[in-house]
Amino acid sequence: MYKIECDVCVVGGGPAGLAAAVSAKQNGAENVLIVERDEALGGILQQCIHPGFGLKLFNEELTGPEYYGRFVIVAKELGVNTLLNSMVLEVGAKTVTCINSEYGVCEITAKAIILAMGCRERTRANIMIPGTRPAGVYTAGTAQRLINRQNEMVGKKVVILGSGDIGMIMARRMTLEGAKVEAVVEIMDFLAGLTRNRVQCLDDFGIPLLLSHTVVNIKGNDRVESVVIAEVDENKKPIMSTAREIECDTLLLSVGLIPENELTNNAGIEINPVTKGPKVNQYMQTSIESVFACGNVVHVNDLVDNVSAESKKAGAAAALYAAGKLKKKAAVTVETGENVRYVCPQAVIPADEKVDLYFRVMKPQKGVVITVTDGENVLFSRKAIKVNPGEMEKATVSVKNISSLKVSVKEA
Amino acid sequence: MTKEIICTVCPTGCTIHVEGENGTITKIEGFSCPRGKLYAENEFISPVRILTSTAKVKNAKSLLVAVRSRTPVPKDKLFDCMDEIRKLDLTAPVKRGDVLIKDVCGTGVDIIATGEVL
Repeated sequence: MYKIECDVCVVGGGPAGLAAAVSAKQNGAENVLIVERDEALGGILQQCIHPGFGLKLFNEELTGPEYYGRFVIVAKELGVNTLLNSMVLEVGAKTVTCINSEYGVCEITAKAIILAMGCRERTRANIMIPGTRPAGVYTAGTAQRLINRQNEMVGKKVVILGSGDIGMIMARRMTLEGAKVEAVVEIMDFLAGLTRNRVQCLDDFGIPLLLSHTVVNIKGNDRVESVVIAEVDENKKPIMSTAREIECDTLLLSVGLIPENELTNNAGIEINPVTKGPKVNQYMQTSIESVFACGNVVHVNDLVDNVSAESKKAGAAAALYAAGKLKKKAAVTVETGENVRYVCPQAVIPADEKVDLYFRVMKPQKGVVITVTDGENVLFSRKAIKVNPGEMEKATVSVKNISSLKVSVKEA
Repeated sequence: MTKEIICTVCPTGCTIHVEGENGTITKIEGFSCPRGKLYAENEFISPVRILTSTAKVKNAKSLLVAVRSRTPVPKDKLFDCMDEIRKLDLTAPVKRGDVLIKDVCGTGVDIIATGEVL
């Protein structure tokens, strides 16, 4: 078996893995290796040719390829090693086993490991849409890859289910490439993605957004011929008397993303049931102390800038751990209060430092105050005009001598 | 003419109501910050967007290279610019930042490569 030794091994060469590897190197890890399944670095950003990346981190509006391109340049300058075309089969506390057509099975031994596998799209099977099984039903990301990387147009008359960002971005992309997007259908009574994308991808092109609607049937034998949509009641149950048929040849699904954690699960790392990603502390350290995790494998982000910021922490901490300088200490569990679905990190080790708590609300709410409390002690308080499940919120708190932490969103 | 503009400057998403004629604004309300007011004024008078697409490349492992307008172009020129991008016939190597079309459709804006094909 082919054997490699390194200080920090990063699983995944997308935006999270790249930022983590660069940061590990900058923080003193000598030998940093990225293992990537694709033939090139960049991950999903290779197909995200649209703008909107980097507004927070670089203060300019970049496209996906430009954004990851900057990290690839720095990674090369710093001497980060890469193993491309390599599929990771197993992760242990200090080992990563992967397979590569040139070397066969490789065993990598590392002092610290960073998981940066990203996420996967939910499919038709996940949401169980009734109907026939014709060609022409794609996840939005698959259609994006086919159009933007493989030069294959996927359809001419399109219905999109789900108002997530990728779905809206594909509505614009397909329209620019000459397709007719009949409607974007969303089961919730609010937009799943960013308002910016609704304006620039749907409103700009007169594409109707149908909230509180869903697809109840797919028709067609070889190819999709039509879909039936219907309004839903407050329990998300379709009201069949409102059903109507839309003729189309393609249905795109933008119905959510799930962190890709087969490797994490098999390693026996603790998973948070809400985020479906590993539980981490402020150093992005998982329940196995030599294994760190960052980006969409931990929780699905809406902005890559946040992924990079979080991955930078993971890289720095993994470098410290590899050097024997990050010691395990008792942590407090971060509690989710009123209208908070989850908080990442899920645990915080009290220390003389500030910690960013990223969180999502359960439901849209206007005129709120966001608080972080340690018992009776208010550590953070900020008013917000509105909060939305589609837009992640952040609270930064000092965590010296804390004995508990709770994030809440209440009416102001 | 009146327009309801959803502001995209920040996540608040104010709905800004603008009235006016031929590039002049007679009434603007609903904004809650100066940046929002400026955004709505620009959206009313001359809305612009960054355009991104792909162009075909010969002699490379990848079939396509990602491209963008360096700066935003007028919204009503998006489809004209797409037609010009579609006519591109590139041969590798294409480097990130290469100018592929100068002054596309008389907008004064260049189409540049955002991806790299070596």
